[in-house]
Amino acid sequence: MASVSDIKETFFQECDDLLEALNDGLIQIGGQGSPTEVDSETINAIFRAVHSIKGGAAAFRFNALVDFAHAYENTLDAMRAGRLGVTQDLSDLLQRAADHLADHVRAARTGEDLAPSSGTDLLARLSASLSNQGVSNNQDEAPPEFAPLALSFDLGLGLGDDTLSGRKKWRIGFAPAAGFLESGNDPVHILRELAGLGDLDARPNLNRLPALDDLDPEILLLDWQIDLEGALCEDDIRQAFDFVADLCKLEITSLQEVTFAAPAHLPASDAPPAAPLPSVTGPATAAPTPRASLRVDTDHVDRLINLVGELVINQSVLSRSVHEAGLAGQPTLAAGLSDLRNLSREIQEGVMSIRAQPVKPLFQRMARIVRDASDLAGKRVEFLTLGEGTDVDKTVIEQLVDPLTHMVRNAIDHGLETPEARLAAGKPEAGKVRLSAAHRSGRVVIEVSDDGGGINRPKVLHIAQSKGLIAPDATLSDADIDALLFLPGFSTASSVTSLSGRGVGLDVVKSAIRRLGGRLTVASTPGQGTTMSISLPLTLAVLDGMVIEVAGETMVVPIAAIAQTLQPAPDEIDHLGMGSGGMVVRLRDRFIPIVDLGCLLGFRNVAIAPDKMVLLIVETDTGAICALAVDAIHDQQQVVIKGLEANYGRVPFVAAATILGNGRIALILDPEDIIGFDAKAQATLSEKEDLPCLP
Amino acid sequence: MTLRILAIDDSRTMREMLKSSLSAAGFEVHTADDGLHGLDRMAEVDPDVVITDINMPRLDGFGVIEAVRRGTVRPRRPILVLTTESAPELKSRAREAGATGWIVKPFDDQRLIGAIRRIASI
Repeated sequence: MASVSDIKETFFQECDDLLEALNDGLIQIGGQGSPTEVDSETINAIFRAVHSIKGGAAAFRFNALVDFAHAYENTLDAMRAGRLGVTQDLSDLLQRAADHLADHVRAARTGEDLAPSSGTDLLARLSASLSNQGVSNNQDEAPPEFAPLALSFDLGLGLGDDTLSGRKKWRIGFAPAAGFLESGNDPVHILRELAGLGDLDARPNLNRLPALDDLDPEILLLDWQIDLEGALCEDDIRQAFDFVADLCKLEITSLQEVTFAAPAHLPASDAPPAAPLPSVTGPATAAPTPRASLRVDTDHVDRLINLVGELVINQSVLSRSVHEAGLAGQPTLAAGLSDLRNLSREIQEGVMSIRAQPVKPLFQRMARIVRDASDLAGKRVEFLTLGEGTDVDKTVIEQLVDPLTHMVRNAIDHGLETPEARLAAGKPEAGKVRLSAAHRSGRVVIEVSDDGGGINRPKVLHIAQSKGLIAPDATLSDADIDALLFLPGFSTASSVTSLSGRGVGLDVVKSAIRRLGGRLTVASTPGQGTTMSISLPLTLAVLDGMVIEVAGETMVVPIAAIAQTLQPAPDEIDHLGMGSGGMVVRLRDRFIPIVDLGCLLGFRNVAIAPDKMVLLIVETDTGAICALAVDAIHDQQQVVIKGLEANYGRVPFVAAATILGNGRIALILDPEDIIGFDAKAQATLSEKEDLPCLP
Repeated sequence: MTLRILAIDDSRTMREMLKSSLSAAGFEVHTADDGLHGLDRMAEVDPDVVITDINMPRLDGFGVIEAVRRGTVRPRRPILVLTTESAPELKSRAREAGATGWIVKPFDDQRLIGAIRRIASI
C-alpha cells in the first residue's frame, strides 16, 4: 500500500505535469502578440490544472500553496464563466501567477518557506482583476458559506458539538420524497446506520401502499416512525440523514420533551421514473486520446541500462569465446550469435530511449527565466521555442538547466540592445530570443539565439587585452575573438548586473557542457545577433570509442574527439630538439605537437619510435589540437561508460572506464584534459609556426 | 463480500489517496482518470459505490452521474461526489443529476468510509 510520503511524491510529480499543462494553456491564450479569441476548453484545462493542484495541496495541508492557488483559481473561474475578458495584461498576470504557483509547489516540496512578501503583489493583482468583472453578474455568486443547501447536503457540516447527557430517547419521523431512490440512496441503509447508534424501533407506515398489482417498485411509498434510544444527540441522528436532508421530510424530537406528531403523508409521486435509455452515452466530445504513458522510477531504468550494458558486454565475450574455440564456422552458431548481437543492440537502444524525454519542460523553465530577466534588464523580449518535442537523455536535461539559464540570461542581458538602441537601429523594440532543439547526425543540438547587436568584437578584444588574457599586439580572427568569451574570468558587462556577471562567466557554461560530453560554439553577425549552440551526445551511458593499445595497455578514446587517424611517414615527423616530447607531425602545412600517451600516462619513459607510432589527431572545441601517439588501433566500438569519480575521484587524463568485449577493463581517456595539459608546449610551438616547412 | 468502489478523478494524487485509504478500510478499489474512462470501467468493475470528481476532462462528474442514472445497469447505484467545489449551484446540479451524496475535499478518511458504508447496498 502506498504510504503518505509516496502519495505526496505522486502529488509533486503530478504538480509538474499540471504546471506544464498550465503553461501550455497560457501560451495558447497568447503569451505573445495581441489577445486572441480563447477557446473555452483551453481555459477549462488551465482551470483544472490549478484546481487539481489546489485539491491535492489541501489534502497535505500545504496552506500557503492552497491559498495562492485559490486566489488564482478565482480569477480563472471568472474567465471560465466569461465574466473576464482576456487582455494582454491579464495574460501577463496569469503567466506570472503560474510562475509563482510553481514557486509555491517547489517550496512545499522542499519544505522551505517562501518570503512572506513574495506574491502579495500578485495576490493584489489577482484580486484586482476580479473587480473588473461585470457587477450585475456578481450577484449570482453568493458565497457558498451562506447557502442553506450547502449545509444540509454536505458531509461534515452542521454537526454542532452538543454535549452528551447520558442516554436519551428520540422519536424520528422520516418520510422519503419521490426521487429518493433515484439518487441512489436507500432507506434501509439509513435505518441500519441508526440501528448502530442505539436501540432502534422502526415502524413503517403502509397506508400509501397500493394493491400488489398496481405496485411500482421504483417508487418509494413508505414512511417511518422511528424510536431511538442511546447516548446520542440530535446531530448524530441528522448525520445519518445528511445526504438525504433535501430528499425527505425529517422530524426529530426528544421524547422527554414533547410527544411525536405523525408526519403528514406525502402525496404519491405522479412523476413516473425516468424511462431507461438504451445506451449510456455521455456528451462525448471527440477529444484526442493522449498517448498512454507509464511512470517509472528512474532507479529502475538506470538499473536496466546497466544490465543491458552488461548484456552487450556478455554478448561480445561470448562471440569471442566461440571464435577462440574455433566454432565460428558453424553456421547455426554463427547465425545465432549474430541474432543475439542484433537483439542486444536493439534492446540497448530501446532501453536508452526510455531515459529520453522531451526538452519541453526545460524550455518552459527558460520561458520563465526570460520573463524575469527581461523585467530586470528593462528590455522587451519575444521568446520563441522550436523543437520542444526533441528527446534528450533525462540526466542531460537536468544538467542543462544551469548552463541554459546562463545562456538565456546572457542573450537578454548582453545580446539584446536596449529598446532605444534597437529603435535607433531600425529594429522592433522587442528583441527576439529563440531557443531551439533538434537532432542532428546522432547528436542533439540546442541553440540560443538573439537578434541583438552581435558580439562587439573590438570591445571583447579590448577587454581581453586589458585583462592580460592575450598579448597587446595579438592579431586574432573573428572566431578567435569570439572564443575569448569562454575564457575563465572574462565578463563583457562593464558593470556587474544582477543577471549575468557575478564572476560566473561563459567558461563555467562551457565546462558544464563539456562534462556532458558536449560542445559549445558561438556564431555572431554584427548588428544581426548571436547564436550559441550546444551539441550533445544522445546519451551519457554509451560512447562510441576507439580501442587502442599503448605500452601493452588497452584504452579507449572517444571517437567524437578524434579528427583523424594516421600512420605518419617518417618524413612527416619533425624533431624540435626538446627530447621525446618535442616531436611534431606535419599535416596539411600545419605542425601538430605529438604527445606520446605511454609517456604521458607513465607507462614508459621513452616515446615509441616514429616508424611504429599510430597517431590520433584530437581536437577541442576551441580548436586546440594535438596528436596522440599510440602503439596500435584495435577496434571501433560502442562502450558502456562506467564512472570512476565516485570511487577514485578525478583521475588526470581519464574520463571513465568501461568493460570490453574480452571482459577486461579499459580506461576511457579524456582528450580535452590531455590537450589542456599540453597547451603550454603548444603555445611554445605555435610561435614557431612561421617556420617554413622542411622538405 | 467485499465492497467494490470505483473512484473517478483526474488527479493521480487523489486517486492514490482514495485507493490507499479505502483499500485500508477493506474495500476493493478501482480507479478511472476521467468521466469517459469511468464509464468504461463501470461496465467492467460493476462497482457498489461510485466516487466521482466533478471537474474532469472529456466527461465531467455530472455527465457520469447522468449516464449511470439513465443507464440500464444498476442505475440506482450510489454515487458520491467528491470535489473541492463547494458552490451551491454546483451541488444542486449534482443533486438534480442524481448524486447520492456530496463530500468536499480534502476529505476525512473516516467520514468518507462511514459515508460509503451508509450508502452501500451489500
